[in-house]
Amino acid sequence: MSIWEYANPTKFMRTSGAVLPWVVTLAVLCCVTGIAWGFLTPEDYRQGSTVKIIFLHVPAALMAINIWLMMLAASLIWLVRRHHVSALAAKAAAPIGAVMTLIALVTGAVWGQPMWGTWWEWDPRLTSFLVLFFFYLGYIALWSAFEDADSAADLTGVLCLVGSVFALLSRYAAFFWNQGLHQGASLSVQSGERMSAVYRYPLYLCMLGFFLLFLALLLIRTRTEIRRRRLAALLARENRT
Amino acid sequence: MIALLMRDLRLATRAGGGFGLALAFFLIVVSLVPFGIGPQGGTLSLIAPGILWVGALLSCLLSLDRIFALDHEDGSLDLIATSPLPLEGVVAIKSLAHWLTTGLPLVLAAPVFGLLLHLPGQAYGTLMLSLLIGTPALSMLGAFGAAVTVGLRRGGLLLSLLVLPLYIPTLIFGAEAVRRSVAGGAIATPLVFQAAITLGVLALVPFAAAGALRINLR
Repeated sequence: MSIWEYANPTKFMRTSGAVLPWVVTLAVLCCVTGIAWGFLTPEDYRQGSTVKIIFLHVPAALMAINIWLMMLAASLIWLVRRHHVSALAAKAAAPIGAVMTLIALVTGAVWGQPMWGTWWEWDPRLTSFLVLFFFYLGYIALWSAFEDADSAADLTGVLCLVGSVFALLSRYAAFFWNQGLHQGASLSVQSGERMSAVYRYPLYLCMLGFFLLFLALLLIRTRTEIRRRRLAALLARENRT
Repeated sequence: MIALLMRDLRLATRAGGGFGLALAFFLIVVSLVPFGIGPQGGTLSLIAPGILWVGALLSCLLSLDRIFALDHEDGSLDLIATSPLPLEGVVAIKSLAHWLTTGLPLVLAAPVFGLLLHLPGQAYGTLMLSLLIGTPALSMLGAFGAAVTVGLRRGGLLLSLLVLPLYIPTLIFGAEAVRRSVAGGAIATPLVFQAAITLGVLALVPFAAAGALRINLR
């Protein structure tokens, strides 16, 4: 029994099909409860009701970064071990990551307008998210540019590796380039909690909800990709005979 | 390798090779900016570092698809790939040729363009130095982008979407160095960072680009 068993598409389809309803249910439950709970939290004494956007903004930003890391891991697995499910999962994850990045940017802008007095500021964090969004776009565009699925998977894998390095570089270069307006991390493993429990627990729930939401979407999209691949194979066989 | 370099240089400098086109493009971009924002010298010298760097970026981008696309079309890329030369070396040589025909002329011509934008006098040296340090990375990263998109018929647009985000760190440090020297600050830190990026790119990206080429030639 090893994790590589799930590299077998049939096995993956069976297991993911069984798990999927549970993940979807849990994701909906966590998201709905978390956001509703967040909505009912008291208003912050300085930020007023705008603080509640954190329950969308932070989980989305968290997922935006982690989805890229997941794509990086999946691309590496594909490049090293040539498991098709892995490449398809990376392909399936990219649009979700792009949307998460967009959610983080838009909710940040909506919050920034009353709080900072501006929709957009060339702050290092904001800028590096914008750059991350560009990388997602390039990645998705490259996937759609190729007809041959295997070379598309290879090339996007290489792009993901190179892009990861440069996304990181851009982030630190941006810190060099401009001083930040964005606040530091409110939740951090090292420095302890700097956030009231009233906001913290619903935020945790929202993070969990967003993660499950990503997982559900990823499974659905990967299953779609596998089915599409199978369909293409069937059609190719039909045409040959 | 030297033969390949000479061949690429010859092809680039012949008629239709695009030599000097990047320079002309740079000139037009730089002279369009005053039309757009007005001819006040103060404003121009304020934004000159950024404009010059962005212009250099764009004119470098313009000629990227020529690195591999023409050779791919007439089949000589396959011949080069099957030659005993390692593909990584081919990539490095081809981006060197690209740099010699676009990057280096930009570096040499940059002071003239700085003049057009009222760049303050003390910044010319920094401008040339930062371009000299930064443009090899631009060519190398461009070669990577060109290698990824070589099999595509209309890869140009995709190429710019892929390559421009990779240029951001170089652009930040390059423009920062020029800006600092305009303001009279110390320029060593951004230049050192930029040199680090360029060296890292020159050392590692040939492998990624050669990998992409192998996939595309499969």
